[in-house]
Amino acid sequence: MTILEERPAPAPGRLVDQFERGLDAPICLTWELTYACNLACVHCLSSSGRRDPDELSTAECKALIDEFERMQIFYVNIGGGEPTVRPDFWELLDYAVEHHVGVKFSTNGFRITPERAAKLAATDYVDVQISLDGATAEVNDPIRGAGTYDAALRAMANLQAAGMRDFKMSVVCTRQNIGQLDEFKAIADRYGAQLRLTRLRPSGRGADVWEELHPLPEQQRQLYDWLVANGDKVLTGDSFFHLSAYGEALPGLNLCGAGRVVCLVDPVGDVYACPFAIHDRFKAGNVRSARAELTDFDTVWKTSPLFLELREPQNGGACTKCSAYDSCRGGCMAAKFFTGLPLDGPDPECVKGNAGDPGGLRPQPSQDHSHTGTVRNAPVPLTLLTRAPDRACDENPLTGIGG
Amino acid sequence: MPSPVNGTVSAGTVSPMLGEAWRLDGSVALRPEPFGALAYHFGTRRLSFLKTPELVDLVRNLASGTVRDALVASGVPEPHWPAYTRALEGLAAGGMITRRETP
Repeated sequence: MTILEERPAPAPGRLVDQFERGLDAPICLTWELTYACNLACVHCLSSSGRRDPDELSTAECKALIDEFERMQIFYVNIGGGEPTVRPDFWELLDYAVEHHVGVKFSTNGFRITPERAAKLAATDYVDVQISLDGATAEVNDPIRGAGTYDAALRAMANLQAAGMRDFKMSVVCTRQNIGQLDEFKAIADRYGAQLRLTRLRPSGRGADVWEELHPLPEQQRQLYDWLVANGDKVLTGDSFFHLSAYGEALPGLNLCGAGRVVCLVDPVGDVYACPFAIHDRFKAGNVRSARAELTDFDTVWKTSPLFLELREPQNGGACTKCSAYDSCRGGCMAAKFFTGLPLDGPDPECVKGNAGDPGGLRPQPSQDHSHTGTVRNAPVPLTLLTRAPDRACDENPLTGIGG
Repeated sequence: MPSPVNGTVSAGTVSPMLGEAWRLDGSVALRPEPFGALAYHFGTRRLSFLKTPELVDLVRNLASGTVRDALVASGVPEPHWPAYTRALEGLAAGGMITRRETP
């Protein structure tokens, strides 16, 4: 979500009103190229792992880039899965740049060799975002997998040596790493990177680890204070607007852009309201059209009933009587949905403590591409058994699992 | 009046830009939107919002003549010129528009 961070601070009021009604084309489009991934991060938003056999072909991807160019979508955030595992990834990157569609792509860094880094540094149209979820391997690797800390730092060293400036180092803030914010900043500075902090979402496999990993209330306050003190030096993709209810608004729009200025295209061409909302409930349509090799994202963006509904004035529901509603706007739609909370009520991490108890009624995921077999580098979470035993006297640790 | 471009504040001074020649930077594209336009610089990856249609016209009209000529051609009333030149200064600071040698 770089673009929302790289524009100047908005003048109060009016631009936000425009954004709420939606734009002619998104300004923050995430395109997940593949569900395939060489890792198995415990909090993966898209439950990635295995390639989907129905993923867009190279020709279809190019047709979609052509359409982005026609719509003047100036740049896209490419992710996955791990986008670099697609054999045509570098070809598509070159094609996008040739067609005036800038790219920022997210990667775990395993494939950012010195040679690739040199190529990336040679074009202004490409930006790279390296994922790192711990300032030490001890914190990072249980989330992202064995060896992923070293791989990320090696990739950053390669980018720096190639002369790449201001690439992004992206951190998902968790219960385990909130205490490392200064260390993350120091690592980013050391490699000439920009630090980007984002919110853990209960989306995809994130739902499975949400209760263990989402920041505790006092950590949320710690994060907010850190962002207020350092906000002009870090990027956040506006992902912490729910924390604005503490008082001073954080830099950024403080608005849910889903379906208004933000959307996601997934590897099979499905269009969702935002990158954190991969679920049938938030699916607006598909970019594939009746004519082979010609995509029709434009029609989905402009006319899908879901997006038109999201661009209507939203009912704050139970939140409207809260004094902080104008600051936090009820928080994140996806976070509410995936924790089983009503969409017109408080965010599960409501800083006023108004979030209701979902009562365990979490929605079932509508897709899962997680690896089913053994994964090299598989993360070993710090907490191995996340559910209570069925009965207090169960002796077999496997009781109730897999049966 | 509120500034027609983000992040700038209008002031009632006469801008030295008025007699100068400027143009949209070659790396910048404009995308029309209901409120005005988005301006994107492919080199710096910066996005700016041109918040009125008049400012969009003005930026396009920079291609010929001076800034003063462009203001007239865009139909911006003279009392609003300080706000618009202030907006241009903001765009210049972000590299969105660049100086031309001759009007």
